[in-house]
Amino acid sequence: MSPVWIVILPFVGSLCAAVLPSHARNAAVWLAGAVALACVTLTFQLYPQVVSEGVVRTVLPWVPELGLDFTFRVDGFAWLFAMLVSVMGALVILYARYYMAAQDPVPRFFAFFLAFMGAMLGVVLSGNLIQLVVFWELTSLTSFMLIAYWYHRVDARRGARMALTVTAAGGLCLLAGMLILGHIVGSYDLDVVLASGDLIRTDVWYLPALVLVALGALTKSAQFPFHFWLPHAMAAPTPVSVYLHSATMVKAGVFLLVRLWPVLAGTQAWFWIIGTSGLITLVLGAYAAIFQRDMKGVLAYSTISHLGLITLLLGLNSSLALIAAIFHIMNHATFKASLFMAAGMVDHETGTRDLTRLSGLYRAMPITTTLAMVAAASMAGVPLLNGFLSKEMFFAETIFVSGHAVTRIGLPVLAVIWGIFSVAYSLRFILQVFFGPPAQDLPRKPHEPPRWMLLPSALLVLACLVVGMFPAATIGPFLDTAARSVLGAYMPSYSLVVWHGLNLPLVMSLVAMVVGTGLYLALGKYQQGAAVVPLINRFDGRRLFEFAIQKLDALAAWLMRWLSTERLQVQLLLLICAVFAIALVPLHKGLPAGNMAGSAFQPAFALLWLVGAACAVGAATQAKYHRLAALSLAGGAGLATAMTFVWFSAPDLALTQLVVEVVTVVLILLGLRWLPPRYAWIDDALDSFGARVRARSRRLRDLALASIAGVSLAMLSYAVLTRQAGKGISHFFIENSLPLGGGANVINVILVDFRGFDTLGEITVVGIVALTVFALLRRFRPAPESMEPPPQQREQDAQTGMAAPDPHAPLPPGPMMVPGTLVQLLLPVAGMVSVFFLLRGHNEPGGGFVGGLIMATAIILQYLVGGTAWAESRTRIRPQYWIGAGLLCAAGAGISAWVATRPFLSALAWHETLPVIGELHLSTVLLFDLGVYFLVIGSTVLILVALAHQSLRAHRKSAAQARPEAAAGGVAALPAQAGPEG
Amino acid sequence: MEIVYALAIGVLTGSGVWLLLRPRTFQVIIGFSLLSYAVNLFIFGMGRLVVHLPPIITTLDPDPTRFDDPVPQALVLTAIVISFATTALFLVVLLASRGLTGTDHVDGEEEPEP
Repeated sequence: MSPVWIVILPFVGSLCAAVLPSHARNAAVWLAGAVALACVTLTFQLYPQVVSEGVVRTVLPWVPELGLDFTFRVDGFAWLFAMLVSVMGALVILYARYYMAAQDPVPRFFAFFLAFMGAMLGVVLSGNLIQLVVFWELTSLTSFMLIAYWYHRVDARRGARMALTVTAAGGLCLLAGMLILGHIVGSYDLDVVLASGDLIRTDVWYLPALVLVALGALTKSAQFPFHFWLPHAMAAPTPVSVYLHSATMVKAGVFLLVRLWPVLAGTQAWFWIIGTSGLITLVLGAYAAIFQRDMKGVLAYSTISHLGLITLLLGLNSSLALIAAIFHIMNHATFKASLFMAAGMVDHETGTRDLTRLSGLYRAMPITTTLAMVAAASMAGVPLLNGFLSKEMFFAETIFVSGHAVTRIGLPVLAVIWGIFSVAYSLRFILQVFFGPPAQDLPRKPHEPPRWMLLPSALLVLACLVVGMFPAATIGPFLDTAARSVLGAYMPSYSLVVWHGLNLPLVMSLVAMVVGTGLYLALGKYQQGAAVVPLINRFDGRRLFEFAIQKLDALAAWLMRWLSTERLQVQLLLLICAVFAIALVPLHKGLPAGNMAGSAFQPAFALLWLVGAACAVGAATQAKYHRLAALSLAGGAGLATAMTFVWFSAPDLALTQLVVEVVTVVLILLGLRWLPPRYAWIDDALDSFGARVRARSRRLRDLALASIAGVSLAMLSYAVLTRQAGKGISHFFIENSLPLGGGANVINVILVDFRGFDTLGEITVVGIVALTVFALLRRFRPAPESMEPPPQQREQDAQTGMAAPDPHAPLPPGPMMVPGTLVQLLLPVAGMVSVFFLLRGHNEPGGGFVGGLIMATAIILQYLVGGTAWAESRTRIRPQYWIGAGLLCAAGAGISAWVATRPFLSALAWHETLPVIGELHLSTVLLFDLGVYFLVIGSTVLILVALAHQSLRAHRKSAAQARPEAAAGGVAALPAQAGPEG
Repeated sequence: MEIVYALAIGVLTGSGVWLLLRPRTFQVIIGFSLLSYAVNLFIFGMGRLVVHLPPIITTLDPDPTRFDDPVPQALVLTAIVISFATTALFLVVLLASRGLTGTDHVDGEEEPEP
């Protein structure tokens, strides 16, 4: 079986668990357990292949051009780690079954748990650096979810956030480091990278890569100075602490250091960075562990300390130390997971983890006590247990370190001090909780946990014992395979035996035991009352972290205040300046000389634009206080534009511009009445002198900017117009319009055939805009003062004496009767004209856009002249249906090409000669254009009618509001009248 | 002719930019229209100015130099329709903003006195 399945299975299981109902506790456990056991089996059966072949690889191409593949790679070390992850997973799932309360949403827990397991296995089995980082970040994310599992608790949320911030930031550094490594080597493939050790160590980018990778590994493994997140992650449910924060996830950092040991280690920089961080963590963690009150707190700091030990071993640049590190990774996982489980069981059965409250539990929980004692002894390094073996190896390594006298003497001394601290906190952990007089005020009456809950812990303790007594027969071969896969040819000889004779490491161990016991006895009284860690309490990582986050927040807010604005005018100003600057960039080399003679000057055209320019400037000056005038003037400029299109051989554009102009003016006219009145004399009276000066200077600035923009664009246009056009793609369209597109009007053929897909997208956008307008207007709340009908309308109503015209009258009453007759007659004619424009579009100016807009204008005219109520009493136009029909037609025309097994939107044509009718040319292009036609009618009418309906709704609403108010007023008035009498 | 055309673009741009920078929504919507005329004319001008040569093919083997460039025309035709849709959307948004905030200032509130 391929190693891929080992990674995929947990993710599949996670998805399945996620869809289980929240009370399906047993189903989730069975599912998770089955997945974990499957992973164990799959991993285990790879072992013969790993031993015989060295590396088992599976490559799935991902982005091969970038050197990215899904590579799954199992060597001895990865195999050992994968076994650790999957076996621990299986044990913790069994434990969690009994730990989690019935009211917890257990499937959610297992969904995240399995996802984490998959991510962790992905990290371990990745054969590609980038892929490894992806899984690495996934472990951070799932860990965040698991720590915050009880999200109603503030400490869980804070702890999760801190863990995510620290580890994910480290992950980003790691990504950068991996990118550098990949750049140095020229490949992200792990095998290639591992073979390029010398290349990497001699590269100038070695140090940055090392620092970045170290940042990733040290944050993940909670090493000094990033250790502070781990104790706060203990807010997670205990199974999570067991699995993520002692056995697997925090080991990912040291896993990576081992993985990259062949290429990064062996330098002074490695020794100082990794070794120093490990050493400080080792001592600091053990020291802080002595003074914790929370059982899980002791274990958390002890974990930090043991991870420091592993890191220090890796930093020593010695192959024997590397073997010791791998060995200790395994040993630590077994005894620490077992201890965490014990802490969880105590918490579960007594309701507290406070060391100062717990006491004498051995009477009520004898099995738990025994298991915890053995595991704690292993943690303290008592002989005949696995913790002793790797500790001895560590002591031996510290003695053999060469170099300056300070390191030669200091390292063994610090190692012994660490040993003393370890013994002290292990003793305290056991004696405080399980021995002494029985505790009095426990929240619950303690008793032994269920047998199945004890089983995982018991198995782990058994492993501690067996490995501790017969190391060579049990872990020996696996450890050998793992170390060999990392070290390759540099594999040293070592012996895994319990008794090495009386040597210096053993003496160091004995000293640590004796002094440690003494330290525990000496501290006895002090520890009972101590709430804080002496000496180093001031350097609390959490407070520094929170301080940093707070400052970062403040900085961001400050930057937002200074660099951003909510004012649209400022934003537009910057935008225009930016556009201007960007447009200047290509021009800095200057322009080639003009090589095209201008066309002859025509006074009529100049006159046209004299009027057009006057309109534009007029619109600009009148838009504030004379909206109707400004709108008309802008329309004038639009007409000049349309005529320019006619002038310069673009009849299609002119037609479209003309009808769009009409519709736009109607549209804005409909909107005008909802805007507030604005009079120059009011504005002037309100402004103070200072405000007037500011306004004037701002206008001057804007005027300057507008002038610059206008002049520059005019110059640019002139420069372009007097130079020959380059050879573009236009000749293709002209040459092929008739033979390929079957149409004489090139513009239309481009729109509906050559670039039909663009047009399909465009009409979709227009349809979406229309529906958005409709939806927005359904919720529209007009300003209260514009609810009343405008004075002109009231005046007119008063003249005709009809407030509400009869919608069923054959013609609109009053002065609108004659225009009403005319537009009614106009509608069929306009319809015919619009269809005419639609049909001729393929060969003559016209097409779906123009036709649709003409039809829409005709419909709008009915509304304008007769009023909404009158127009709608005759026909119900359902523009939404038109939009749908248009999109269906256009898309159907595109899909119909599939019938002839041609690509989407290919045109199909039939050319027949029919009797009577004559030649008939039919094409799916016409269907497409029909779709455009329908959609344009639908959208335009929907927008305009939705806007027109606002006045109706507003009137209805004001009437409805007036009535209840009057009624309420009447009720309120009654007691007042009754008052004097009573 | 080119100079008149370029000046027309310049005047439309200048008026449009001026209005875009004004504080009232109605001014901005008119400025938007004027600027879109200018931009459409500018893009159309990329095909150069030719008279009496609309891109309507009459023969099976046409000479590309005898017709106006159809590509900018097709682009501008699309742009005209889209700018109508944008104007409509903008108009409705400004009406809604006016209804919600009680002002027609582009920021939804009158400028505070500094």
